[in-house]
Amino acid sequence: MNQILAKRPLAPEVTLFEIEAPRIQRRWQPGQFVMVRPLPTSERIPLTLVTSDAVRQSVTIVVQAIGKTTKELAALEAGDAVADFVGPLGEAASTTKGERVVCMAGGVGVAELLPVAKAFHDASNHVTCLCGARSDNYRILDAELREAADVVEWATDDGSFGFHGNVVQMLLARNKPGDFTVGHVIGPIPMMKAAAEATRSWGLKLYASLNPVMIDGTGMCVGCRVTVGSEVKFACVDGPEFDAHLVDFDELARRNRAYRDMEQEALQHQCRLQKVE
Amino acid sequence: MAPEKLPYKPNPRAPRAVLPVLEPRRRASTPEEVALGFTPEQAIAEAQRCLQCAKPECVNACPLHIDIKRFIRRLAEGDAVGAHEVIGEQSPFPGVCGRVCQHELFCEDACVTGKKWDPVAIGSLERFAADHARLRAHELSPNGSKKPQGPKVALVGSGPASLIAAYDLVRLHYRVTIFEALHKLGGVLAYGIPNFRLPREILAEEIARLQNLGVEFVPDFIVGKTATIEDLFDEGYQAIFVGTGAGLPYLMGIPGENLTGVYTANEFLTRINLMEAYKFPDVSTPVRVGKRTIVVGGGNSAMDAARWARRFGSETIVLFRRGRAEMRARLEEIEHAEEEEVQFHFLAAPVALYGDENGHVREMECIRMELGEPDSSGRPSPVPIEGSNFRIMCDTVVAAIGQAPNPTLQKATPQLITKRGKIVVNESGETSLPRVYAGGDVVRGGSTVILAMKDGRAAAEAIHEALSS
Ligand SMILES: Cc1cc2nc3c(=O)[nH]c(=O)nc-3n(C[C@H](O)[C@H](O)[C@H](O)COP(=O)(O)OP(=O)(O)OC[C@H]3O[C@@H](n4cnc5c(N)ncnc54)[C@H](O)[C@@H]3O)c2cc1C
Ligand SMILES: Cc1cc2nc3c(=O)[nH]c(=O)nc-3n(C[C@H](O)[C@H](O)[C@H](O)COP(=O)(O)OP(=O)(O)OC[C@H]3O[C@@H](n4cnc5c(N)ncnc54)[C@H](O)[C@@H]3O)c2cc1C
Ligand code: SF4
Ligand code: FES
Repeated sequence: MNQILAKRPLAPEVTLFEIEAPRIQRRWQPGQFVMVRPLPTSERIPLTLVTSDAVRQSVTIVVQAIGKTTKELAALEAGDAVADFVGPLGEAASTTKGERVVCMAGGVGVAELLPVAKAFHDASNHVTCLCGARSDNYRILDAELREAADVVEWATDDGSFGFHGNVVQMLLARNKPGDFTVGHVIGPIPMMKAAAEATRSWGLKLYASLNPVMIDGTGMCVGCRVTVGSEVKFACVDGPEFDAHLVDFDELARRNRAYRDMEQEALQHQCRLQKVE
Repeated sequence: MAPEKLPYKPNPRAPRAVLPVLEPRRRASTPEEVALGFTPEQAIAEAQRCLQCAKPECVNACPLHIDIKRFIRRLAEGDAVGAHEVIGEQSPFPGVCGRVCQHELFCEDACVTGKKWDPVAIGSLERFAADHARLRAHELSPNGSKKPQGPKVALVGSGPASLIAAYDLVRLHYRVTIFEALHKLGGVLAYGIPNFRLPREILAEEIARLQNLGVEFVPDFIVGKTATIEDLFDEGYQAIFVGTGAGLPYLMGIPGENLTGVYTANEFLTRINLMEAYKFPDVSTPVRVGKRTIVVGGGNSAMDAARWARRFGSETIVLFRRGRAEMRARLEEIEHAEEEEVQFHFLAAPVALYGDENGHVREMECIRMELGEPDSSGRPSPVPIEGSNFRIMCDTVVAAIGQAPNPTLQKATPQLITKRGKIVVNESGETSLPRVYAGGDVVRGGSTVILAMKDGRAAAEAIHEALSS
């Protein structure tokens, strides 16, 4: 039984959950995720582990409610239990020592970035976080990031806070090749692709944490396959982090769109059911 | 001792009873079970075909050594519950095994009646005994029986190998815990084999029997991730059995494999069986089955995927690189697939897939094969015929070309000796790590339910020997 100990809204549609999970709390590492089923009829969806608390034997996840399953989760309250919560899954994020590191994230990816930035920082790297949000009120976990990194900069799509534009535009406007030696990027696929393209000639080792559709998350279906260089990889067991400069982002984007119409249908079906109730 | 006189006369010459099945037309629109099971009259007549041999070859051939002769005798006298009890001495899973075991390779292959006539339909009789006893399951379940008090044993994976090991160990009073990675119990029985072959309530009831005996089940727990083998020993488990199966699907390795609409059998079946995508949108997980599905392969996974595709209304082709005789699936499944108008293209293999402008699969390029010298599997090897390429339009492809052992536990336990991913064990099922045993598909590669059970039983015996000495 994985009980929700606390629930906290971070931004419109973005919610943080603290969930009791003693074993996961003891063993997780930054970059790893869990598979969650909010209800017994839900899909299994992957969500990144963000922080943990040894005393409360809990971990936190941050979810953006964009479709049926994420909405089902967002509707749960403290005291409820999630139907299934399994992990920690995937490999830990790569970290280095003594490097100048740039960590880039957009949207809910900022939450997923937090443990990675902190891990780089703890391993004595100089860490700059470049974060993106739609607007000022969509910025999340700013204080936590500032504790975990040396520099935190924000870009907003509407210019209501910090740089006016997206994260990659901010990177190009404010930095040049050589500023950073290592990078990590997590966010929407077009953003990760743009970050990889922008830094291809920078001599920067850039890791991307990928978000393909997953079913089991344990390595038994290969639905999460991604092409990295000339190889096919299982994102759930080999990743989710890969060399951003080798990832076939166009294929990933196509595969993630595969069920778009059915996802909409599921969501509408859910709305209709709610109306009936 | 003179053989006891039978109260009836065995009649092996009688035609083998034919298993009633759901009418093929009705199957197209329902996930209901296809094989319906013998009627009581059929069961008695079929049981009376058994010669009650003095040296029953069937019992020898059964990897669990179920006392087939004796349970059939009970059925012949109309005592289905007694038959169920006889089976229960060796196996708590007659409902499952009566449906999915490949009897034609074991007991029915050995049955002497088969030398002159058709073998006794042992599998269907096993199933009859199980289904009949179900009706009074509440009386049979030893609910409230006292809790086992012996040493703790951990079984990893909830497939048939672990399930039978749990049955044997709990009867010897061990405190048994089964850790399962997924949220449902049963291994392939839960995520791979479709409802129309194995209704989920049968599986759930036979697993509940173990729960009633005191076996503890922990789903959502991945050994190697959620906890390691060392952690389990630290928590007081005295022995560990690894029955993690062969769930890692092979890819075809051809261009276009990552187009959308291209599934491995495991993904396709997991979406439909485990996540119940056939109930979409009441259940959230989708699956996309197009107008024409090509399933590549000739084993049980291929038949299961093809038969599901038919139930989604798709025209379905099974493409197999050898001939019908070389297919590894259970004979009954092949026949049912044929009845359901699955088409078979033998002696052909895929070489490439082509997609439309959205990256969705549209066409498969294939090459014809001929049979050559036998290969390592003992079957004639398929040899491509140069220049024989041809194309088939399709919008769903399922690759059912075999599976390798699940690697997670091995990766987290590097001391464990493996060979091409398979865990290496000695005769009694012990691995290179003391007190760690393994069996089933993780040792054999893709195999069968009954051989996995055979391994689970052997390991349970070895564990008992190690812990009681
Ligand atoms: C390793 C990993 C870590 C993730 N971490 C987070 C996180 O910390 N916070 C967060 O809000 N989101 C995270 N995601 C994304 C999240 O899993 C999806 O948003 C969620 O599955 C959408 O489900 P839905 O039913 O609400 O939406 P749907 O309407 O079903 O889907 C919306 C979109 O989400 C993607 N998606 C759908 N189903 C899945 C699935 N089973 N697995 C993965 N992606 C899917 C598809 O691109 C789809 O178009 C992560 C994804 C991955 C792979
Ligand atoms: C689609 C399909 C149809 C089949 N049909 C038949 C048939 O009709 N007749 C027949 O005899 N055989 C059939 N087979 C083969 C048969 O199912 C297998 O040989 C048998 O299930 C193997 O049993 P097992 O106990 O070794 O493993 P499995 O049944 O594979 O179970 C292994 C379990 O371990 C879990 N697991 C894996 N790693 C971990 C971990 N690290 N921690 C915790 N849990 C873990 C898995 O999730 C899984 O549930 C079929 C196979 C498939 C795929
Ligand atoms: S071998 Fe056949 S005939 Fe002989 S006991 Fe077994 S089932 Fe009966
Ligand atoms: S999600 Fe099934 S293998 Fe990765």
